[in-house]
Amino acid sequence: MNHKNNDDILNEIKYAIGTNKTLEAMPTLKPFQPFDEEIISYLNALSKDILKNKEAKVYPDVITFGFWCRKASINIQKKAYEHTIHKRYGRGVAFHIAPSNVPVNFAYSMVAGLLAGNANIVRLPSKDYQQVDLILESMERTLKDPEYQALRPHFCLIRYGHSEKITEFLSALCDTRIIWGGNQTITAIRKAPLKPRAIEINFADRYSMAIIDSDQYLKATNKEKIARDFYNDTYLTDQNACTSPRIIFWMGNNINGAKEEFWQALNTIVQDQYTVQGVQAVSKLATLCKLGATHEGIRRIQTKNNLIIRVALENIEKDLMDYRSNSGYFMEYNLETLVELLPLCQSQFQTLSYYGVDLKKIENFIKENRPQGIDRVVPMGTTMDFELVWDGIDLIERLTRFVKTNV
Amino acid sequence: MIDYNQILNIPPYSYRKKEKEDFLTAILGELTKHHYQKSPLYKRMMDTLNFNPEAVIKSYQNIPFLPVSLFKELDLKSINDDEIFKTMTSSGTTGQAVSKIYLDKETASHQQKTLVKIVSNFTGSSRMPMLIIDCSSVIKNRAMFSARGAGILGFSIFGANKTYALDDDMNLNLEVIEAFLEKHQGKPIFVFGFTFMIWQHFYKELKKQNIRIDLSQGILIHGGGWKKLKNEAVSPQAFKECLNDVCGITKVHDYYGMVEQTGCIYMECEEGHLHASIFSDIITRRPIDFTPCDIGETGIIEVVSILPKSYPGHILLTEDEGVILGEDDCPCGRLGKYFGIHGRLKNAEIRGCSDTYESQK
Repeated sequence: MNHKNNDDILNEIKYAIGTNKTLEAMPTLKPFQPFDEEIISYLNALSKDILKNKEAKVYPDVITFGFWCRKASINIQKKAYEHTIHKRYGRGVAFHIAPSNVPVNFAYSMVAGLLAGNANIVRLPSKDYQQVDLILESMERTLKDPEYQALRPHFCLIRYGHSEKITEFLSALCDTRIIWGGNQTITAIRKAPLKPRAIEINFADRYSMAIIDSDQYLKATNKEKIARDFYNDTYLTDQNACTSPRIIFWMGNNINGAKEEFWQALNTIVQDQYTVQGVQAVSKLATLCKLGATHEGIRRIQTKNNLIIRVALENIEKDLMDYRSNSGYFMEYNLETLVELLPLCQSQFQTLSYYGVDLKKIENFIKENRPQGIDRVVPMGTTMDFELVWDGIDLIERLTRFVKTNV
Repeated sequence: MIDYNQILNIPPYSYRKKEKEDFLTAILGELTKHHYQKSPLYKRMMDTLNFNPEAVIKSYQNIPFLPVSLFKELDLKSINDDEIFKTMTSSGTTGQAVSKIYLDKETASHQQKTLVKIVSNFTGSSRMPMLIIDCSSVIKNRAMFSARGAGILGFSIFGANKTYALDDDMNLNLEVIEAFLEKHQGKPIFVFGFTFMIWQHFYKELKKQNIRIDLSQGILIHGGGWKKLKNEAVSPQAFKECLNDVCGITKVHDYYGMVEQTGCIYMECEEGHLHASIFSDIITRRPIDFTPCDIGETGIIEVVSILPKSYPGHILLTEDEGVILGEDDCPCGRLGKYFGIHGRLKNAEIRGCSDTYESQK
């Protein structure tokens, strides 16, 4: 590529933070070591700015991100890495491609890049979100503080349309490329070559399930909170995030009683806060009919309306996830032992969330059976909580170089 | 069993609410049992939906509806493969899944007869010279019987001296049109085509070339939907006025119908309302719980038809939205429900982690 071509390409990029100059200078920057004090201090300032912003208060996802960036919260995450931090350095330039329909994901990806010590180019979601703007404004305000001047060269937050040329240009420039799914996007972007020593981190399409112990659930005194947690895991993202449970497994001795109370409590929240559009209602019915037509023993469990669709399964079959739906469509199965899950534990299985089930049991199940899937086992209500280890990938480890020194 | 020969002789707009409901409930209940016995996939779906066809059915409104998209993904039929007479497909664009509708001779023949009953209520029963606003090649490829080809062939029985107004490149074939009009001067003429084709390749061309032809004796029947014309902000009223402007035509009837229930079309009357005949019906349903809407309330359209016997398509939930305007009291005099279509259900912007690059259209 000659210089003039590069200029043409660069001129098509719209910068939310950064300039062409920032971008071009990135490969020459010195990387940080992971969890650098200056960066932790910046994130703490960013957190303060977000949390004091009145406009941000209406967006729980923005507030959650604000809390996530606090010094105390980062220092907890830091602990897991303390024994190797002093040998690790950022890989260089990280190019993040954020998903178009999860507003705050870009910010977590960016922060992971910073914490690992990289300079970051982030392609923002193509759709307009108030959440994105609020976080960008806070980032910009915080960078204006003279104390954090030195960090500015590590920030390029950009937007561009469907331009293969720009993707190729940025791919050729970066040391790590991070694509936040799904499969089609990964296939499309993979056509753009990376530098020989560059690596890629891809978050492909995944699906998730939940498991509830009926006896523990019935004992619980905070059923409203449990319903709220489950609502946040599902309806908050139209049950369409990779972390949203699509099948609910029930264990224990009082399954029928637990189901009744659980769905009743959920219905109270859903009826108050969720609306189902015609397309969603029709699509849930179509998925149910398709599943029923092609599998034995599928029964719809009557619910009050189309907000919650419940589907009782008689058998666990390998292809059940081809018949998953969203916007409030739950397959249910009564589980005797965890081993019954195995046919579903394919590599696409991401998060198993649980309520009242002994975590040790699940850990042992994974140890004994070593399934290809299940990368996260987390309590109900926390499926969306971002962690530096995501989808089985340790972002700090992947985004750094380990410098080996021998005596 | 259902005596179609007798039924299809009943005048198509002759039943009032109660009579029609009893009539449809009896026949659709029979059909539901029939498909339950003949189609294993249908049986499993009814079982999934906890519906027992052998139990007393109070109203056809209570029989489960199948989303119409299932015909794209499942091979739904209630006949053996050697009884398939023809397979109809919807006209999807390349790469899209198409509906596959399996017909035996009996069902195909009932479709044709029903179409005649319905349409001749508007055109009269004598055959008229027919001008088709399309090209002849769409019906030549019989291998895949598309909805467009099927529509033209289906309506062809109302016409004599069938003439195609467009050449294979969809250009206006003026010479042919003029010769046709000269030959049939002063006589009533039957004009047929698809709404968008008529607009794009007939009206716009005549307008552009500043040509006026005389179709003042014509009756135009058109269907296929308003999606593309909506994008061009052309209302049904404007469509009629514009056509009148270039060819003097005054009788223009839209129809609503789908390949999954061929034959039972819903014709637009002189008042601009779509009408359900006794051979079929529409119910509008609420997204929240699929309960039936009131008159005047917009909902998802369910269509029922007494014709589908070779495939379980007698009770379907469409992806269209519309409103029932009234029942048994349209000023045009036809009994039954009359309604309007608003178009496709709006696509929901579903959240969650899907693709960074939205599908590029």
